[in-house]
Amino acid sequence: MTTTQRQASDSAAPLGSAPSGPTSNRRAGGRPKLSEKKRDGIAGYLFLTPWLIGFFVLTLGPMLISLYLAFTKYNLFTDPEWIGLDNFVRMFNDPQYQQSVQITLIYVLVGTPIKLAAALGVAMLLNYRSKGSGFFRSAFYAPSLIGASVSVAIVWRAMFNADGPVDSGLSVLGVDLGGWVGNPALVMPMMILLAVWQFGAPMVIFLAGLKQIPGELYEAADVDGAGPWRKFKSVTLPMLSPVIFFNLLLEMIGAFQIFASAFIISSGTGGPAGSTNFYTVYLYQRAFGDLQMGYASAMAWLLLVVVGIVAFILFRTSKFWVHYGGDLK
Amino acid sequence: MTTLDTELAPVLPVDGKPVRSKTSWKKRKTWATVIWAVVLVAIVAVVLYPLLWMVLASFKPSADINGNVALFPENPTIQNYVKVLQGIGGIPVYTFFLNSLLLAVGSVIGVIISSSMAAYAFARVRFAGSKVFFGLMIATLLLPFHVLIIPQYIIFQRLGLVDTFVPLLVVKFLATEAFFVFLMVQFIRNLPMELDEAARIDGAGHPRVFFSITLPLIKPALVTSAIFAFIWSWNDFLGPLLYLNSTDKYPLPLALRLYNDQTSVSDYGATIAISVLALIPIALFFFIFQRFLVEGVATQGLKG
Repeated sequence: MTTTQRQASDSAAPLGSAPSGPTSNRRAGGRPKLSEKKRDGIAGYLFLTPWLIGFFVLTLGPMLISLYLAFTKYNLFTDPEWIGLDNFVRMFNDPQYQQSVQITLIYVLVGTPIKLAAALGVAMLLNYRSKGSGFFRSAFYAPSLIGASVSVAIVWRAMFNADGPVDSGLSVLGVDLGGWVGNPALVMPMMILLAVWQFGAPMVIFLAGLKQIPGELYEAADVDGAGPWRKFKSVTLPMLSPVIFFNLLLEMIGAFQIFASAFIISSGTGGPAGSTNFYTVYLYQRAFGDLQMGYASAMAWLLLVVVGIVAFILFRTSKFWVHYGGDLK
Repeated sequence: MTTLDTELAPVLPVDGKPVRSKTSWKKRKTWATVIWAVVLVAIVAVVLYPLLWMVLASFKPSADINGNVALFPENPTIQNYVKVLQGIGGIPVYTFFLNSLLLAVGSVIGVIISSSMAAYAFARVRFAGSKVFFGLMIATLLLPFHVLIIPQYIIFQRLGLVDTFVPLLVVKFLATEAFFVFLMVQFIRNLPMELDEAARIDGAGHPRVFFSITLPLIKPALVTSAIFAFIWSWNDFLGPLLYLNSTDKYPLPLALRLYNDQTSVSDYGATIAISVLALIPIALFFFIFQRFLVEGVATQGLKG
């Protein structure tokens, strides 16, 4: 399959030149319009061939397969057995599933706003003076490149271990929390800190947005006697709202999909006491640990529906708080 | 702690407020700059601390990593790295590096070829259905991968491709990462259309225009995509976890997991050391291409 697909993608370009040869010769004698349209159509689909195969074979097709499996019992080795809505009913009686929903929602709904607030705050700080801010911008961005890696998860775990640097440091300050990794109550703050640590990517986007706000708006606000808070509320936030919307959407959807760090920090168990049992970790365990492919597919589709609803709500409410005015993209 | 610091941010520009006398304004400005720099340095220190700690810890004896508060190693040793070089489970450590490199380079090639082709079609060719497909492509940007992992696994398992690199690479050759397509579409749309038109009047077909005009002009977008494709593949954990079973096919993230899960406390140092080694290529990319990376994120909203 692979080789044929690769051949298809490789041969797309040379094939595309075939129809263009004769037509270009005809051009001198006044080529009919229809042939150019046709030629464009052929070229378009040939250039799009790899993407089309990818979309239908690896995205849309699998989505439909997964939708079907959501209504079956399937262990990968025997044929799927149709069980109707049983998988969905089971979810409502599965305490582990409900816990995974709960911690994922807390992570998304608490972690994302904190991360974006940090990103916006630091972006405004950097925007205050452009000289010398380039170094800071790069330094803050670095964690975003590696934050989802296994290396960082290992380091995070080591840092928040009992007697690790964070625990020891807090003990010096008189706060004795013990290890965060083994404490179900402290695992969530630890995971959120890991997310907030990667504020650099949204910060860079905020900064680009801040630079596009025309200075005259602030000058006008000054003339009107607006204080800094008023300027932030009435100029910065509305002018930045498209960027805030963009960051909120992408960061929330990204947060739903946290996997590697939770998996590594818990050594794949979702522990302690299920406190790192994020949606994806639980789905992975059910699908590939217990081979409950049907149940896991149902979980996946429910998540898709929820993410779809969240995105829909964001888009729908955006007209009340997102301002597409002025020159802002 | 970071968040506490950053809450200062909206307050700081107070100092930029116009003040009557010019000298006092200047003074205030200097002070504001000093405070600005101090606050930022403090945030940088917090943000980079884990990385600094990690590098320094890799030179500590395992017993010192936990429990010894000192940031700098009191008895620096390269023992951890020696241990890493001995490999794990009879497999030398360079195997993991080679596997990671192979996957990353394969990803870069696949992403560049397939995404630039799709982007050219979306941005420069008029054909029936292009708007619908473009919308679908944008929609896949927001699609949680959860829905795909199980059926994709079933497909590749049926084809007997589990425990090969094929499932990890074929998705890259089929432009499934819409981010790259989108990035290139944006870039191509900003190129002057006249160049294309001139070439087409001279009788060049789409493939000619694509190879001789578009590709050379979107080099910055190609470089940015290549770097991100490399880093994402290098960091990818879930894909290899799903598809690779034999230890000798493991890329670094899976090898790190072996260290993390299997080794006893006494090999703690080795785990940290190989984590450092795994980040070195990304660090190099970062130092060489930071402009490209940060600009790429700034203009396209690409995530890290």
